[in-house]
Amino acid sequence: MATQGPIPEIDDPMIDPRTGEYAVIAPGHTFKSVTQKVAGIVLTDNTPMAWLGGLFLAATVAMGVVVAVTWLVLKGVGIWGITIPGAWGFAIINFVWWIGIGHAGTLISAILLLFKQTWRNSINRFAEAMTIFAVCCAAMFPLLHVGRPWLGYWLLPYPNSMNVWPQFRSPLAWDVFAVSTYATISIVFWYMGMIPDFGTLRDRAKSPLAKYAYGMLAVGWRGSTRHWIRYESASLLLAGLSTPLVLSVHTTISFDFAVAAMAGWHTTIFPPYFVAGAVYSGFAMVLTLAIPIRKFYHLEDLVTLRHLDNMAKVMLATGSIVGYGYGMEVFMSWYSASHWEYFMMWNRMFGPMGWAYWVLVLTNLAIPLTTLWSRKLRVNAAYLFFLSFVVNIGMWFERFVIVVTSLYRDYLPSSWGTYRATKWDYMLFIGTWGLFSTLFLLFARFAPMVPMSELRTMLPQTKIGKGGEDAKAVVQEAI
Amino acid sequence: MPPREGVYGLLAEFNTPGELVQATKLAYGAGYRRMESYTPYPVEEAAEALHFHKTRVPLICLLGGLMGLTTGALLEIWINVWGYPLNLRAMPLFSWPAFVVPAYEWTILFSGLSTCFGMLALNGLPQLYHPLFNAPNFADGASTDKFFLCLEANDPRFDRLETRKLLESCSPISIVEVQH
Repeated sequence: MATQGPIPEIDDPMIDPRTGEYAVIAPGHTFKSVTQKVAGIVLTDNTPMAWLGGLFLAATVAMGVVVAVTWLVLKGVGIWGITIPGAWGFAIINFVWWIGIGHAGTLISAILLLFKQTWRNSINRFAEAMTIFAVCCAAMFPLLHVGRPWLGYWLLPYPNSMNVWPQFRSPLAWDVFAVSTYATISIVFWYMGMIPDFGTLRDRAKSPLAKYAYGMLAVGWRGSTRHWIRYESASLLLAGLSTPLVLSVHTTISFDFAVAAMAGWHTTIFPPYFVAGAVYSGFAMVLTLAIPIRKFYHLEDLVTLRHLDNMAKVMLATGSIVGYGYGMEVFMSWYSASHWEYFMMWNRMFGPMGWAYWVLVLTNLAIPLTTLWSRKLRVNAAYLFFLSFVVNIGMWFERFVIVVTSLYRDYLPSSWGTYRATKWDYMLFIGTWGLFSTLFLLFARFAPMVPMSELRTMLPQTKIGKGGEDAKAVVQEAI
Repeated sequence: MPPREGVYGLLAEFNTPGELVQATKLAYGAGYRRMESYTPYPVEEAAEALHFHKTRVPLICLLGGLMGLTTGALLEIWINVWGYPLNLRAMPLFSWPAFVVPAYEWTILFSGLSTCFGMLALNGLPQLYHPLFNAPNFADGASTDKFFLCLEANDPRFDRLETRKLLESCSPISIVEVQH
């Protein structure tokens, strides 16, 4: 494919002449330089003005969540556009969209670790952070959608005076378990990964407050070899556990739809197609975050064009699976010879909300799947930044099409309706962008964004000859 | 427990992982057992030189997973068959395929939590104080770019002069006597 093509401009210092690929880390880095680069972002005394401005903007937008949720609690879900037959609306669209975005973080941190894709080391930390913040935004929606969020704990199995227990034959109960496990394990994996880096920050911090805070977070990590071996073992095990977990979460979410006997939902292709779509939108979000961050914090040496290229390739692959899913849905609605399926697809494409279907075809398939084949565009940060927005808009419309068009015109024409989101729907949705950005900006300022200990393992200085005698030569050469 | 006093050990500092591994092998060959190396990233060769191979983290993970699976499955079966039986769509009360997903999620939840906390517990963490933090060069290097070998004073072969001589033969950057 593209990597087999002619080797591009060889004078580019970021290109390894042996492979023609972009380097994962720019040459000339030492243990100290990567540490200083990453720790410097956190430990600097001068908070960048642009960061403060961004935080102010994001927090302002996040106020939308506060206002919309307050009004919702006072008035009830009637302020949303949900009615019968379209009872799911924005709440479920946004839930699926946000949690899908989170999936790329786990994929990068767990699946790529198991496949020994070491290039992931530079981007896995903030991809994991993205997962956690996206899950925070996602989990809010079904909780509010139950109508009385203050009784949300009724979803959990606990002994109570009413003698009522959850009903485990419903996929909606499975969701509670899947999403809560996903959030917990993601946080554990993320925090565990940061312990050695918190140790580094503790040791390099100058202010007593930073020393104290990072010292507590580092739980006394001192880099002992025996600790490292257990730590590595635990990392691998958590990666092995997270891999089936991430696949199961979106599978369970797709069951919310697929188990229902509703035309357009009741299909076996939903689990793989949902997981692929989740990874697709998640990688788009990683690009949305990574491209400005590497520019703003001058991390081009650590998050190189190789990373952008690889992420674009993952998007090309998962986008193609999503495209296959769309094709199969259309094919099956014809091949099933079911009148209801046939009508659903016709209504989805040419009904009153048919425009949404064509938006999703344009943004999810037409634009990305034609251009991502070009290596030139895959290493063009500006283009990928633009494309990441296109794909996330497309993936939002995919969930809109699935949730809304199947519901609002079902079996009985007398019960047909329509769906119109209200300003409260929009306010809450846009507010979650602000919440996500606020959390992410705080993370970027106060936590090590790039895993320093994992970056060190990627440097040539780590190579040890038999008995250690080559090491010095290698280091001298590298420095 | 009264605070310990005296020498904790001798801490040698190296520039490269290779020198550390060589020194560890030398000390191990000389009969030292109570020693530990400290590196800014995981160095497998250093663990081999210490003859440290086995960890019990996978076992803890397995036990946690089995516990989660049992807890999840028993909880669901008890609730839906005995605790609160509901006749829904004429499905059998014990409809086990529907119980797979939550039991599976709790398998992962329990094993994940026990892996992380088990790892910390085996490592003796959180432990906010450690004598090594008293060494002036340790904090600056061990978590950044230096490699340390500590021969601990409670080793029967430990002797301030002899041990220092042994470490000096590996030409480290520095040797520090660490106090408790």
